[in-house]
Amino acid sequence: MALFPINNVKISGIAAAVPRKKMSNWDYDELSMPEKKLLIKTTGVENRRVAENGVATSDLCYHSAERLIEELNWDKKDIQILIFLSQSRDYYLPATSIILQDRLGLPKACMAFDIGLGCSGYVYGMSVISSIMSASGLSKGLLLVGDISSLTCSEEDKSTYPLFGDAGTATAVERSEGALMNFSLNSDGAGHRAIMIPAGGVRNVVNRDSFEVKEIAKGIKRCDLNLALDGLAVFNFSVSEVPVAVSDFMKHFKYDKEGCDYFLMHQANKLMNETIRKKLNFEIDKTPYSLSDYGNTSSASIPLTIVDQLRQEVRSRSLNLLMAGFGVGLSLGVASLNIDHIVCPEMIEI
Amino acid sequence: MVIEEFIKKLETEFEDVQPGVLNPKTNFREIDDWSSMYALIIIALIDLEYGVTVKGEDLIKIETIQELFDFVKENS
Repeated sequence: MALFPINNVKISGIAAAVPRKKMSNWDYDELSMPEKKLLIKTTGVENRRVAENGVATSDLCYHSAERLIEELNWDKKDIQILIFLSQSRDYYLPATSIILQDRLGLPKACMAFDIGLGCSGYVYGMSVISSIMSASGLSKGLLLVGDISSLTCSEEDKSTYPLFGDAGTATAVERSEGALMNFSLNSDGAGHRAIMIPAGGVRNVVNRDSFEVKEIAKGIKRCDLNLALDGLAVFNFSVSEVPVAVSDFMKHFKYDKEGCDYFLMHQANKLMNETIRKKLNFEIDKTPYSLSDYGNTSSASIPLTIVDQLRQEVRSRSLNLLMAGFGVGLSLGVASLNIDHIVCPEMIEI
Repeated sequence: MVIEEFIKKLETEFEDVQPGVLNPKTNFREIDDWSSMYALIIIALIDLEYGVTVKGEDLIKIETIQELFDFVKENS
C-alpha cells in the first residue's frame, strides 16, 4: 500500500456548485412505486441536480473557483498550480485545466494538468496537489474536482440513471508550516469493468455500433457510450476493501479515532456507506451524508458534503477529518487532515 | 446459528415482506417486486451479521433461502 504523510500544506477554502435543475426519483417512471420506495430507501438518493445540455463540469468548477478566490481575497497572480480532476472533461484534448487557467485569469506561470479519476478522486487529487506544493514550495494552488455524470447515464437504465447527480467543486490549497496530511492510496484494476463507459476511448473508438441501444435486462437499456455499472461488484469491493484500508490507515499512522470529528465517505449509496460505517464502528453523527439531495456526485462528493453539511462548522472551528474515496477504477484512497476556520461559500447554483 | 433466526433477520430487512411469508424453500427471486436492491440488502446483512462476503457470482447460483443459509454457514 502507498501510505505517506505530506507536510506543510493545508486547505484554506472549499466551494461547490451544482446545476439549478432538480430531479426527484419519485418522478422517475422507469420504476414502479414500490421500486421507487425501495431504491430511495436503499440508495438514499431522493433528489439529484442535473446539468442542462451544454453545461460542462468545468463551468461548475469555474464558478466555484471564482467565488472561492473572491472570498479568500487571493491575488490570482499568486496561484501557481491548478489541477482539474474529472472523468467528464471538456474535450478529448487539450486538457481542461489549461483552458481553466486562461478562463480564470491565472498567470501563464501556473502549472495546469488534468487527472482522470472518479469516486476516489478527491483524496487522490489532494495527495497530488499537496505533494507537489510541499516538495516545490509553491505557495497557492487550486484543486478543481467534479463530474457531470447525468449525460453519460442512459435514462432507460434504472441501475445508473437515478443514482448520479452533477457537481463541480474548488478547493484552495496553501503552504502552511507545521500542517500535516496523511494518505493511503490503493488500486484494484482487476475490477475495471465494474464501472465503465466501454466506447469512446482509444480501445473502442466511436463508430455507428457505439450508439446501438441494447436491452441488458428488464429496465436496463443502454449503448456502449453510456455508463455501465455492476452494482454488486462495486458493493462487494467497497464493503470489503474500504473498512480494511481505513483500519490499516489508522494502525499505520496511529490515528486517534476519538480525535476524529468527521468521517467523510464518498457518497455512493446509503446501504453501502452504512455497512462500511458499521464495520468501522463510526458513530452516525460523525458521518455526514449529502446523498438524499444530491445523489452520487462522483469525485465531487466529499467537498460537496462539506459545503452542504458542515459549512458553519468548517468556517468557525478546527476539525480533524478522515476521508475515504472509493469506486471506479477500481480505486480507493484514504486521507486524514485538519481544517481550521476555512473559507466556505454557500452552495452555488448555476 | 439456526435458519429461523436467519429468516427473521431477512424479514426485518425486507420491509415490504410480511412476517411468516419466507420459509427455507422460498426462492427469494420470486418475492413480490424482487429487484437487485434486495441483493444489496442480503449482501449487507450477511456481511454485518455473519462476517461473510457473498459475491455477485455466488448469489447467482443460490436460489432458495435454505441454500443462502447453507452458504453462510459454510463460509462463516
